Amino acid sequence: MKPGAEEVHVPINSAGDIVTARQKGRALATLLGFSGSDPTVVAAAISEVARNIVNHARHGEIIIESVNQNGRQAIQVTARDEGPGIPDVEQAMQYGYSTSKGMGVGLPGAKWLMDEFDIASQVGKGTTVTMKKWLR
Amino acid sequence: MHVPILKQGGYLIASIQSVLSDADLLQLRDDLADRVGQFRSRGVIIDVTVLDVIDSFATRTLRGIAHMLKLRGAETVIVGIQPEVAFAMVQLGLTLEGVGTALDLEEGLAFLDTQTKRGSK
Repeated sequence: MKPGAEEVHVPINSAGDIVTARQKGRALATLLGFSGSDPTVVAAAISEVARNIVNHARHGEIIIESVNQNGRQAIQVTARDEGPGIPDVEQAMQYGYSTSKGMGVGLPGAKWLMDEFDIASQVGKGTTVTMKKWLR
Repeated sequence: MHVPILKQGGYLIASIQSVLSDADLLQLRDDLADRVGQFRSRGVIIDVTVLDVIDSFATRTLRGIAHMLKLRGAETVIVGIQPEVAFAMVQLGLTLEGVGTALDLEEGLAFLDTQTKRGSK
């Protein structure tokens, strides 16, 4: 790990862990120099992907870290679970689509909040969401 | 964390003191439903100034609280949504449609006075 680089792991096992994850995300974003509404935006995105784990996979993990690419810094959030997986990722990314009691806002909403968003899912294996926000 | 609910004339004021878990929000909903009946309140203010994030679940729950209290005969106004919290909500496409909002407690009281067409004394 480069000097000054940070990495935080937050296990997600219950709804209470959603709050912990987003607070750690906000703290790291602030530490990295994100300002204005950006720490809140990162925290909101973490809240949505963490909730997705609780609602669909029950258990998982959120990893929040700083990454450097071509001299630019970003905060990267990885939400990983070994839950049932998403059969139709395209459908899951449609705003308003939900298989649970949710609003269907979570994943597409998180994508809107962040600069980069990637989702990989395999039925029976789990889901990994990776998203980044660049320091401006 | 438990949200204290104060009675102020014909209104109830729920002043959120710290970041809330999902369970706390649902508890607040149940508490408010009870108190509105107990005190025959016509208006409810929910102060969310300290909330760090209002995500999809919180939005849905706040909207649910307001609609439920409306069915119980009380108006609800959400006060104190911070600018960056509002910004993130807009980016998430979240709205509090059909729910009153006001800048702060003072504006919230004024809003309820207009909505319920009477003073709170």
